Amino acid sequence: MTLFYLFAALAVVSSLLVIAQRNPIYSVLLLIASFGALSGLYVLLEAPFAAVIQIIVYAGAIMVLFLFVVMLLNAPQEDTEYDVRVHPLMRPGPLKFGAALAVLLAVELVWALSSAPPASAFGPLPEITVTTIGRTLFTTYAFPFEVTSLLILVAMVGAVLMARREEHSGERGKR
Amino acid sequence: MPSLNDYLVLSALLFAIGAGGVFMRRNLITILLSIEIMLNAVNLTFVAFGRALGTADGQIIVFFVMTVAAAEAAVGLAIVIALFRHRESLNPDTFKALKW
Repeated sequence: MTLFYLFAALAVVSSLLVIAQRNPIYSVLLLIASFGALSGLYVLLEAPFAAVIQIIVYAGAIMVLFLFVVMLLNAPQEDTEYDVRVHPLMRPGPLKFGAALAVLLAVELVWALSSAPPASAFGPLPEITVTTIGRTLFTTYAFPFEVTSLLILVAMVGAVLMARREEHSGERGKR
Repeated sequence: MPSLNDYLVLSALLFAIGAGGVFMRRNLITILLSIEIMLNAVNLTFVAFGRALGTADGQIIVFFVMTVAAAEAAVGLAIVIALFRHRESLNPDTFKALKW
């Protein structure tokens, strides 16, 4: 229980700091900390496969991609005069509305969960190993698995196509 | 031992934080990061339910969600790079024109 609260607090606090930071590099690094805490929670849930791919794939691959783009763009801050004066989370107008919506969402979700019948602690777990997961993935979920490979191919082609610098001088003579 | 509801409440809080980030921040990179927070909150729900029901399906769908998240991040960041090249800005409010 102590570990659960430790990891939960770490995840919530670092996620809050992610959206409160002005510098995207700090946001990305804090999000990695949040993913580490989530990985710990997966271990507590006896889901070692999820915990490991959370670290390897999410923190190791996706977040490195984010960090790479942040450093490539070299635009660390939303640095207009207005941004320096007023913190992004302290601005008037529609942003307050967004904050109110987020708080409302949290309150509604927590209220719905607390009005549900109290759940007991988890029962004993039947053996779920990586072997079980792999076997299910390649039998029951074989078709979605193959579709996923197609998705990745499409994403790869799309990313290359969109991020490519236009070599020719364009139809409108833009470049 | 924490119960299923504890995990669901935590997941709800993380999802709300991510949604708040999408609403409140004016930086394309941070908005994408908030989407990742929301995806992870959903992953936590899946794993918690999978643990409660005693099946491997929870972890399998986490695998699929992560694949989709990777594809989304790759395409989303490519779009961000393309936009940044045109306007030298990451603020979504600067991208108002449908064509330029």
